[in-house]
Amino acid sequence: MTSVPSDQQLMDFVLREARLLDQQRLEDWLDLFAEDGHYWMPVERGQTDPRLTTSLMYEDKLLLKIRIERLKGKTTYSQSPKSHCHHVLQMPQVDERNDQERHYVTWTPMHYVESRAEEQTLYAAWATHHLAMIDGALKIRLKRVDLVNCDAALGSIQLFL
Amino acid sequence: MISKYRGNRQAISALVRETEVHRDLYLDQELFELEMEHLFANTWVYVGHESQVPKIGDFYATTIGTQPVIMVRHTEDGVKVLHNRCPHKGTRLTGEGCGNVGRFFRCPYHAWTFRLDGSLAGVPLKTGYDDTGFADGLAARGMTPVRHVHNYRGFVFGKLNDIGPAFEEFFGEALSSLDNMIDRSPVGKLEVAGGVLRYMHDCNWKMLVENQTDTCHPMIAHQSSAGTAIDVWKSAPAGAKKPMAVEIYAPFMSSYEFFQSMGIRVWDNGHGHTGVSHSIHSDYSAVPGYFEQMMAAYGEARAKAILDENRHNTVYFPNVMLKGPIQLLRLFKPVAANRTLVESWTFRLVGAPDMLLERTVTYNRLINAPTSVVGHDDLEIYERAQAGLVSNGNEWVNVQRLYARNEAGQRNVVTDGTSEWQMRNQFRAWAKFMTMGL
Repeated sequence: MTSVPSDQQLMDFVLREARLLDQQRLEDWLDLFAEDGHYWMPVERGQTDPRLTTSLMYEDKLLLKIRIERLKGKTTYSQSPKSHCHHVLQMPQVDERNDQERHYVTWTPMHYVESRAEEQTLYAAWATHHLAMIDGALKIRLKRVDLVNCDAALGSIQLFL
Repeated sequence: MISKYRGNRQAISALVRETEVHRDLYLDQELFELEMEHLFANTWVYVGHESQVPKIGDFYATTIGTQPVIMVRHTEDGVKVLHNRCPHKGTRLTGEGCGNVGRFFRCPYHAWTFRLDGSLAGVPLKTGYDDTGFADGLAARGMTPVRHVHNYRGFVFGKLNDIGPAFEEFFGEALSSLDNMIDRSPVGKLEVAGGVLRYMHDCNWKMLVENQTDTCHPMIAHQSSAGTAIDVWKSAPAGAKKPMAVEIYAPFMSSYEFFQSMGIRVWDNGHGHTGVSHSIHSDYSAVPGYFEQMMAAYGEARAKAILDENRHNTVYFPNVMLKGPIQLLRLFKPVAANRTLVESWTFRLVGAPDMLLERTVTYNRLINAPTSVVGHDDLEIYERAQAGLVSNGNEWVNVQRLYARNEAGQRNVVTDGTSEWQMRNQFRAWAKFMTMGL
């Protein structure tokens, strides 16, 4: 990849990210995050602060790694049987390009299905990716997932939107 | 359908034995409805915190059991709780959640208006009720107030029925846990802050209440989450600062001995708490500047005494769990025999450093969110229990651990931290308030 990504490369990155999740290639997925990257799922619409307002998820790489390791664990009863997931993305839009700082923001509406045994649940969300070019590769600084019903009383979401 | 339990005091009482309870407490929808009519009406049920309605006209719509109610600030220093129903056609006057109605509630159907104390203020085209005897009817009385409301240091409770104990009698010494949480603010004041997490559970509400003082499950059910957190942290570079998240997760894996020695205190009327001498919240890092503020406010001895309390989970029967050291309140809202809405609320210690609120909301997110791995562990167990209880192999749930034949009637007891005494205490209270007045 050249040092300045094209819009198409940014879009391909977002699509591939969802594919890794659907295929549960979670170590590969975690590698997409920058070392200081975060995955954020706010609990309030338009939430600006993840520190003094709680969230559904606000996870650094360590917490994401714990989550991924847990999914594989022998004593992880909530994954027996296992969950599966399926993303349908709208075409990502490039909202911000800062070639100088190699910082990019994309916006992607999506439908996400998580299933486990007989249960299948549909979620709708907008994903905002803050991407950076680090050592010649695109990395996720922040993936923000805004559920359309973030403030509803939800059941368990065990995988990643 | 023939009623199995309605009006049948004997049948209800027979469901709770000394060391076991019948599965119908979790499965039977008729019993659930009787819980709403008796248990959730004869006891003091948490409604909300007054900081949710700071200004006149502010309201917060919620439920007592399954009854829709509104907590409203009707005067500068007065909070009322009203049934959320227009006396005309029954329309709910506000949606869920909070807002401000100004000086009047106004029904969205026919614009009947009500003062903030619930009394009827106006009816459009009033002449249509002339000579109809309207003034003598129920509708003219306006929104029905919840008759018994008590605001304890900002925490608002309601009791729907006239029978049942007075507030102080119902809670007794159990109020010390609320006191301790409030006293942790250098100015003795809390505010709801940090957002609420709402998590739908397909299980009976009592499973959640029981689990709050179940100290033999964390190292088993949460091995998958807390155990993994410990394992992953082991590969961190030497000398790395332990993150708040690992500080929160790791103690869930404490040994049986740890939980045995932390103790359980059992109060009257189903209340009780784990963590008498210490708890899984004892060893969090100090927050810079906080102890100095507390010393300035209370003096050193009193500040130490307040902060040395590390009560783990306090159960306020029937459906509240309080975590004083992390300023968190969980409300287990019954929806149906097999459905419970769990709300996890957090509080800011007014005047204390923001870092305490940060830890509180972090804890809430890691443990209580519908996306929480610890939450997933627990809900899986509750749902398996809900499913397993239909088995006709055995109709009884066992709560026998460390049972003593002489425990009934003992008051304010401290016992082994792995005892199921507090669960038995809850079921004794359940039978008492379910049959009160029958």
